[in-house]
Parts: sequence; structure tokens; C-alpha cells
Amino acid sequence: MAEKIFRVDMTDLSTSVEDVPADWMGHGGRGLTSTIVAAEVEPTCHPLGNKNKLVIAPGLLSGTIAANSGRISFGAKSPLTGTIKEANAGGTAAQMLAKLGCKAIIIEGMPAGDNWYSLHFTADGITINEETELIGKGNFAVVETIATRLGDKHGIITIGPAGEMKLLSANLSIKDPDSNLRSGGRGGLGAVMGSKQIKFIAIDPTDAKVQIADNDAFNAANRTFAKALIDNPISQALGQYGTNVLVNIINEAGGLPTRNFTSGQFDGHEEISGETMYDTIVERDGKPKHNCHKGCVINCSQIYNDVNKKYKTSGFEYESIWAMGADCCVDNLDHIAEADHLMDDIGIDTIETSVAMGVAMEAGVLEFGDGAEVCRILKDEVTTGTPLGRIIGCGAGSVGRAYGVTRVPVVKNQAIPAYDPRAIKGIGITYATSTQGADHTMGYTIATNILGVGGTLDPLSKEGQVELSRNLQIATAAIDSTGMCLFIAFAALDDENCLPALIDMINARFGISLTADDVTSLGMSILKTEHAFNEAAGFTNKDDRLPEFFSQEPIAPHNVVWDINGEEIDTFWDF
Amino acid sequence: MEITIKLFAYFRDGRFKEAASRFFDEGTTPRKVITSLGIDSDDVGVIMVNNRHADPDSCLQQDDVLAVFPKIGGG
Repeated sequence: MAEKIFRVDMTDLSTSVEDVPADWMGHGGRGLTSTIVAAEVEPTCHPLGNKNKLVIAPGLLSGTIAANSGRISFGAKSPLTGTIKEANAGGTAAQMLAKLGCKAIIIEGMPAGDNWYSLHFTADGITINEETELIGKGNFAVVETIATRLGDKHGIITIGPAGEMKLLSANLSIKDPDSNLRSGGRGGLGAVMGSKQIKFIAIDPTDAKVQIADNDAFNAANRTFAKALIDNPISQALGQYGTNVLVNIINEAGGLPTRNFTSGQFDGHEEISGETMYDTIVERDGKPKHNCHKGCVINCSQIYNDVNKKYKTSGFEYESIWAMGADCCVDNLDHIAEADHLMDDIGIDTIETSVAMGVAMEAGVLEFGDGAEVCRILKDEVTTGTPLGRIIGCGAGSVGRAYGVTRVPVVKNQAIPAYDPRAIKGIGITYATSTQGADHTMGYTIATNILGVGGTLDPLSKEGQVELSRNLQIATAAIDSTGMCLFIAFAALDDENCLPALIDMINARFGISLTADDVTSLGMSILKTEHAFNEAAGFTNKDDRLPEFFSQEPIAPHNVVWDINGEEIDTFWDF
Repeated sequence: MEITIKLFAYFRDGRFKEAASRFFDEGTTPRKVITSLGIDSDDVGVIMVNNRHADPDSCLQQDDVLAVFPKIGGG
């Protein structure tokens, strides 16, 4: 099936199918969403107005049997940051859309009235249907109801009450193979779907297959690629402890932001660590290992049960646990799990919302460490949209502005995640220069600064951090275009067989002959496209800075401040 | 001299979970301590001494805190 662009105009409730323009053929995932947003969205438009567009794209290898290729990308102008944005996630949607011949979905315009709609993606195209029953409902109710309407094999992309209320931290939730949820978390793209009055997108299951130009070459490359992932010791540790294995090592390195970024170590680190989480999961008959999409060989997700051995949450990530845990001084993993579950149901970014709670704690809205009150606020305030709920639901910057707090850890209004840039300086460069606000995944220098992956670089030294972040941001932009999970990078950085096998798969899929240099060029061009959009939206190099408190307040245990100046940061873009 | 040792992830299995203090000869190194615990050096990902990354053959001092991690990642 030839790939097509599926366009949905919510202004006149029409749909159309278009051939893929030649310029877009070589793109997928983030490369494609950013290319389309840059081409079709006015950079100065209001992100929640009729000129913004929500673009959804599987990766270049999504829908094939390639291991770990099930990521889906969402792009738009972000209502949280005002920059271009791409958020990606696992779940079943990417593989199903790719098999149905979808290169990308472009959702534009907005309805004149108050009616809500859903989209139904079938082999014959997209239909728009009015939706009433599920409006106001949480994401888990959406998944359950669609299962009764259509069966449980459908792919689902949905927004919760947060997206309907257009809260700036609203995410997009994607159904996983067990009917739980994965999140395209950052930047408020759920609010963009909400602004277009679309509650959910259902995708028909299909037996169709993605066309492969050279099946034998593809299968051979995939075997090499999958072996590199499976043999990698980091993949194996991810399968046992999940990403939360990081709590203890980041704490030991003094880079675990604690009590709204006032210390680099948390006394309760052991209680919320990956080691404790693993023991708890096993004790309660949960599953330490779980995959968020078919074909994942790393299995970093898990099923976390409550004390009664009933399902509580999955995809229980380090960054979520850090944010609600160390940053808010909550040392009770069950409170954090409850909050994680609530945020999944409300459809709100766990990092942004938890960092916002930390700022609210500093403001005295609630006490540091009060996990029960966090859960109450999520249930009684955010879900229902009280004034406090909306202030928190619009992110850390929103809380800081409403309560006059100056220690607000954001870049371009997006909350800084789980690694303190004073003690791990490479990640500070990524936070400052990322085209999408503070985001660790854009250039994960933790690999080299802390984990010894892809070499080593002293996290406390200024030397080499800009170059490290640049190289990783370029590589990440390319990986984010393939549909691959970013965790393939651990094998790609240290196993010489991994990256060539990935490139061989792309070549075999499309009958082309990309080299490693071509892939680097792709990554560079994506970053430049995104950067140009932001400049046209009004951003300058002065926005590529960390909040001033990082330069003024040393943190324990290393008693260090952020000391890389603006001129040094700006050399990031010298490529 | 006395060294405090912290083990992480599966290095704890069959050894110890809480930080443990042990006595070693002057001039001992992280590598020697790790070997004494029956951990294969090839399995070690990161060594920290007093919250800083350290070389396996560096010289440990009295009261140092040695943290030993297998090859791990996340993000």
C-alpha cells in the first residue's frame, strides 16, 4: 500500500487523502512532523487557535518487524513553550497507522460550535464522528468504552479532561497492547487536540503489511540489530529495574534534584529506587518486565500492583518517580504510583505536573512530602478544573507566576526534568539549547556524563559539554525519525554492529543507500528546521538560558552552580 | 583502613543491600575491593568514590565511600 498523507479539516469537518510530496518522502516520525509544522504552521500563531496543526506520524520503520520500532510522533506548535514541539510514545498506534498506509495525519482548523468529535481511521480513510458519551471522561474510560463499541484490538489516541480543558501540560495518551496507556507527554499537545475538539482517534486493526523493498536484506539487518539490543547489558538492566534504576546512581552523583531543586540528593532515595520498586513488584505479583509495543526486546515497562495486588500503573518511569518523589520529597512509592495513575487518567504530563507540585509546595500551597494531598489535588482540583487545578495543570511556570515563586525550574516554560544541570553540566546545555524547552531526551548527556556510555566526560567540568550535547541532539533527531525507541542508543553508542544494522534496515525498507553521514545530515537538518521555526516565532539566543537561580544557588553535595555562560552556550549552533 | 561500600542493582543479590563498612589494607583500590566481593570487573559500569566518578585503580583513603554500579541506563 503506497503511503499517503491524511488531512482532517475540523473547520468544515472534511477529510482528504494526498500523495506524499517528494520533499517529505525521506522523512518519518519527528523529522516529518517538524517538516510539516515548519511548512504549514505560522510560527507566530496562537497554539490553541485555528492556525495551529496537530501532525501525527509513525516512524520510517514503524509497522515493520524491526525490533523496537513502534514509536509514534506528534508535532505542533506547543502551547506550553511557544516553540515547535515533537512528543513521541510507544503503544500500538504507530504500527497500525503505518500498516494502513499512513505517512502522516494532519489535523487543522477548528469547529465553530461546541460539539466534540472523534476520528476513526480505517482502510478506507478517516471519518469524523460527533462524540458525546466520553466528553469529560478519563483516558481509561475512553479505552474501556471503545473496547465495548469497536472491540479491544483498536489503536487509540486520546485526551483526558486536561486536554479538553486545554491545560498547557495536557498530553496525548496512546493505548498499549494491554489496554493501558503510554504518553506523548511533553509540551501540551493534548491541549492542541482539545482545541480542535477531538476527544479520541480510533484506528482499525489490520492484516496489511508495510512494503519492504528487499525483504532478505531487511530480515538479516533486523537480526543483527535485535541481537545488539538483546546482548547489551543496559537493555538487560532496563528489563529488570525499568528506567527507575537511575534514582540511586543520579542521587549518588549528587544530581538528583530534590525539594524543588534545592539539593542534589534525597534522603528517601532508597524507598523510591528501582531496586525497591523491583522487590515490591515481585512481592505483589506484578510484572517487572513489560513491553509498550509489539517487537520491543528491551521491556523497560512494568506492571506495578497496589498492596492488594491489583493493577495500579505501568510505564512507571524514572522521571515521573523522581518528580513526584525527590522533587516533592514524597518517599512513598504507592503515593507516587497513585499519582502516576491519576495523571495518566487525567491525561497530563507527569514531569510538568509534578515539578509544578514542587513549586506549589515551595509556595506553601501544600507541604513537601504530602503525597496524599498531591493525589487529592489531582482528583479534586485538576480533574475538575478548579482555579488551583488549572494553575497546576498549566505547569511549573504557571504556578511560579501565580504564587510569586522565583525558583522555578523551567526553560522556555517547560519543566526541567530529573537531572540537575549544576551537577551534570552536559544536560544543562541540552535543556538550554533544545528546540523544545527543557527536555532530557533531546540530547541525553547522562549517558556519557554519568553512565559511561559512549565514553566518559566529567559531569562537573565545563569542558566538552556543548559538543557532547550537540552530537547527541543531532543523533537523537535522526533516531526520533525512524520510529525507534531512544533506548536503542545505549547499544548504538557502544556496539559497533548496532547503528550500521539500523541504517541497513532503512535502506532495505525503501530501496535506498543512505550512509552514516546521511543520517547525521538528516539529524542536523531537523534541528535547523526546528530552530528556524522558533526564531520565526520570536525566540532568540537569549531564550537559550537556564533560570538565574542555577547560577546563584549552589547545591549539595558538590556545592556547585551553573557556570557555562551565554556565549559558550551559543556555540551549540555552530554547525 | 575502613571503607564504606554501597552496592546497587543486582550486585546486591547474595551480598548486602545497606551500605557496609569493611576494613582493607592501606593503598587498596576500588578494583581490589570489588574483586574481594566476588564481582567480575567486566560487569562493573560505574565506580564512584565520595560521589565522584573514580578510576578502578585509584588509591582509596580512610573513610572513603565507594559506590559500585553494574552497567545500567534509563532516561
